[in-house]
Amino acid sequence: MASKVLHAYYNDDDVLMLAVKKVKAAKHHIEEVYCPFPVHGLDKAMGLAPTRIAITSFIYGCIGLGVAVLMMNFIMIEDWPQDIGGKPSFSYIENMPAFVPIMFELTVFFAAHLMVITFYMRSRLWPFKKAENPDVRTTDDHFIMEIEIHDNENELKDLLADTGTVEINIVEKNLH
Amino acid sequence: MYTISSKIKLGSIILMVVGALGIGWGFLAAPSTEAEAMEMVASHGDGHEGDHESSVPHLDEGEGVARGPILEQEGEHTEGGEDAEVETGHAMSHETHVLHQLQNKPWAALYVAAFFFFMIALGVLAFYAIQRAAQAGWSPLLFRVMEGITAYIVPGGIIVFVILVLSVLHMNHLFVWMDPEVVAHDELIQGKSGYLNGWFFLLRAVIFLGGWILYREYSRKLSLKQDEATDDSNFKMNFRISAAFLVFYLITESMMSWDWIMSVDPHWFSTLFGWYIFASMFVSGITVIAMVTVYLKSKGYLELVNDSHIHDLAKFMFGISIFWTYLWFSQFMLIWYANIPEEVTYYVTRIADYKLPFFGMVAMNFLFPVLLLMNSDYKRINWFVIMAGIVILAGHYMDIFNAIMPATVGDQWYIGIPEIGAILFFAGLFIFWIFRALASQPLQPKRNPFIEESKHFHY
Repeated sequence: MASKVLHAYYNDDDVLMLAVKKVKAAKHHIEEVYCPFPVHGLDKAMGLAPTRIAITSFIYGCIGLGVAVLMMNFIMIEDWPQDIGGKPSFSYIENMPAFVPIMFELTVFFAAHLMVITFYMRSRLWPFKKAENPDVRTTDDHFIMEIEIHDNENELKDLLADTGTVEINIVEKNLH
Repeated sequence: MYTISSKIKLGSIILMVVGALGIGWGFLAAPSTEAEAMEMVASHGDGHEGDHESSVPHLDEGEGVARGPILEQEGEHTEGGEDAEVETGHAMSHETHVLHQLQNKPWAALYVAAFFFFMIALGVLAFYAIQRAAQAGWSPLLFRVMEGITAYIVPGGIIVFVILVLSVLHMNHLFVWMDPEVVAHDELIQGKSGYLNGWFFLLRAVIFLGGWILYREYSRKLSLKQDEATDDSNFKMNFRISAAFLVFYLITESMMSWDWIMSVDPHWFSTLFGWYIFASMFVSGITVIAMVTVYLKSKGYLELVNDSHIHDLAKFMFGISIFWTYLWFSQFMLIWYANIPEEVTYYVTRIADYKLPFFGMVAMNFLFPVLLLMNSDYKRINWFVIMAGIVILAGHYMDIFNAIMPATVGDQWYIGIPEIGAILFFAGLFIFWIFRALASQPLQPKRNPFIEESKHFHY
């Protein structure tokens, strides 16, 4: 469904932060903020929930450790327990120090790569994805705050007028 | 301005008195004749006699005297677990050996605890110098806390030095290479006697301690002068001497670990040992900074210290704990993997006789901090940091215990009255001394160029 959104342009991150706080205080829902670089504290000002990606990473690391242990236990101890240079392959624990480098690396490998993939999936990033920025200037030196309009166009414009905005546009947009 | 609370004063004095009684009991209870020693071993009724025949620590002293020039035999002894003395028909009897181990027990207990608390102060000093040399913006608020803790380096260093002097004077058998009889029969130690001889050993100790104490006192003086100064010249000077100290410290700390720790096993050597001991003292030092900071904050003396400072300290505790484990494992795994007999005895004795302390300390120094301090929220919970800190400190006491005990008391180890007494005594002295030093000056530096940044530090 197509609906109208308001794009308020800013050219300074401090001004943007103040505007976000003001809009939040007036209980308007901020649809999105487009920035050319990370603005510290913007997520807090917008009231976004903290990320849980570190938790997923920890779980992936545990899986990686499990994979390493099961793999080497099967290959080196159960399947073909050879005597290689006198290393004790009678049980996993006896030969464990030799396996630790692989256990460590696989833990890190799983934790890192699966977390990155999780990040890509959650933020919908992939090659050939169509860029979503509403104005090319948001990748250079402008910030846009996007607010959905529910018949309150004038009220919003009045509110934003004295927040230091440099431009206000009303655009038709297909909301997800 | 902090004033030392009467509870801390009284508590630390009680700790010192109880600890001193424990240490004294340890010396009184040590056997003076072989017959007494054997009686003590027998009365434990745990079959030490039988164990002993196959145990390896025995080799440490035994082989030194026994083996003579035949290097290859060591491997056979180790792997066969045979008694070196019996096989080579060595002169020192089993009874003499046990007597020496039991006589070493109170000395080793004293030495481990003395070194442990001294190394905390030294670790804090290294951390402090790094903060100054790195011009860290978050930590100036904690400089007085660190300076308070490093005050212990003077009495602690002197006590460790006195124990070393007493060793050189043959009051104990902590360092086997100091025994001229052993050296006379041991070509390996003879070969090292250019480095391992009493006078040179003490001279090095004087240089190490002198350098560390000199830096500590001078840096503290400059730090206090900076408060009253009108320019930053004291601060800049402190920056320069801290950078110079770090160079001096890295060299002397490494040599100190060879001298004071590694030389109890004069047949054994490891190249990363200095780093390993460094990691242990560094993480213990950071842990104590965090604990003292949390305590002072809870009493309302450090109101500008916020959760972000604690968070940073906890991150250091977490990271350096992993660094310690990395070095512990690197040392263990390289020796285990190659299994060269002359190196591997070190671990064979520890795994044979110190299984629980040896692997227990890995759990305390690695698993606990990793799981407790991984979560970023937990690093801000003060009591959580204290609990993790207690485990880390206990773990690093065990680390020094595992480094000293196998070579000095062998399988006669036990964490009993002498060990706990020594811990209590030095804990009491440590607490008394550092809180006295903390109470002597305002807890917040005034004119540090980074103090404003530190006050508003936010992670």
